[in-house]
Amino acid sequence: MTNNRTIEILVGAFMAVGLLALFFLSMQVSNLSSSANGDGYQVQARFDNIGSLKVRSPVTMAGVRVGRVSAIAFDRKTFEAVVTLRIDSAYEQSIPDDTFAKIFTAGLLGEQYVGLDAGGSATFLAEGSNITLTQSALVLEEIIGQFLFSKAEEGAQIE
Amino acid sequence: MLEQLVRLGRIGIGSLEQLGRGHLLLLHMLAGISALFTRPRLLVNQLYSVGVLSILIIAISGTFVGMVLGLQGYYILSQFGAEQTLGVMVAASLVRELGPVVTALLFAGRAGSALTAEIGLMKATEQLSGLEMMAVNPVKRILTPRFLAGFIAMPMLAAMFSALGVMGGYFVGVGLLGVDDGAFWSQMQAKIDLYDDVLNGVIKSLVFGFVCTWIALFQGYNAVPTSEGVSRATTRTVVHSSFAVLGLDFILTALMFGE
Repeated sequence: MTNNRTIEILVGAFMAVGLLALFFLSMQVSNLSSSANGDGYQVQARFDNIGSLKVRSPVTMAGVRVGRVSAIAFDRKTFEAVVTLRIDSAYEQSIPDDTFAKIFTAGLLGEQYVGLDAGGSATFLAEGSNITLTQSALVLEEIIGQFLFSKAEEGAQIE
Repeated sequence: MLEQLVRLGRIGIGSLEQLGRGHLLLLHMLAGISALFTRPRLLVNQLYSVGVLSILIIAISGTFVGMVLGLQGYYILSQFGAEQTLGVMVAASLVRELGPVVTALLFAGRAGSALTAEIGLMKATEQLSGLEMMAVNPVKRILTPRFLAGFIAMPMLAAMFSALGVMGGYFVGVGLLGVDDGAFWSQMQAKIDLYDDVLNGVIKSLVFGFVCTWIALFQGYNAVPTSEGVSRATTRTVVHSSFAVLGLDFILTALMFGE
């Protein structure tokens, strides 16, 4: 057997490499690095239909991720979905309060996300403010339904 | 007819006895852990033979498993035009399943069998009885450090396996097949959760480390003290560990990723 000092060094290196691998998995592979900036501020938006939006879905502005969906609730009085968005603190005092929030789908089959279109107001969104201008998610069945309905109407007019 | 019944009863009692002895051994080993703090050198030596010497096989298998995942995943995903999610597929399958499970199977073959053979041979050559004659508790002195070493080494090895596997998948996917570098990592980071995926993988490997080392030590300690008995015990270690790992993996997966 090799002498004790070498063994100790090797075991130390083993533990270090193991912990390094765990660190790599948590920082580089998982979402820790992107969700670590948990500061930031929360704003609420109400939608008629959120489709398949989920907690932790991205919130983007001009395609750049500026935050995440932190909670989704249902309002029993107005029958609307109340979506809480957590915007990163880097974008504090920079998003106008008449910003338009829409729910988009990334690609045809991709996940859904909230897209923000900046408005022109001079006052900015802050902790607890509400986004009043919203547009619901597009539900594919509804679109197909509308399309078929309009086609049928066209057909009726020609006759 | 009665003879058959007697045989069945003997098998039942025998396996129950084995189970009881295994659990008693586990209790004795756990009770001995506190004494280990006064002699950390015993643990360090075992960590060397269980952990450090297993690095090579874990590293090589991890890298290659990751590379194969990259290749296979790419061929399937490119049919749907979703090559960008290759990183998610490689990382999720490694961190959740393949890392802990394959590491545990390799560990049972590489370190578990060695532990059983060592303890069994110590028993066959009456070294364990010799220790007892000198009023040294062989469970505390010989078995406990090995048990704790296996328990500590397994999550480390599984983490190395997963990390190297992700690097292997990255090498094949981004380096050879031309998946976009940024999409590979960003999709992975968006989909892999620290608690749901990484932490559950670590918990899995802790459980596997516990079970594999326990089985290996018990088989060695319980071996018939002949050369044939030791060889049988070694075989049983690998077979039982593999069964235990695969069965437990199903139960743990059902509990963790249930919803």
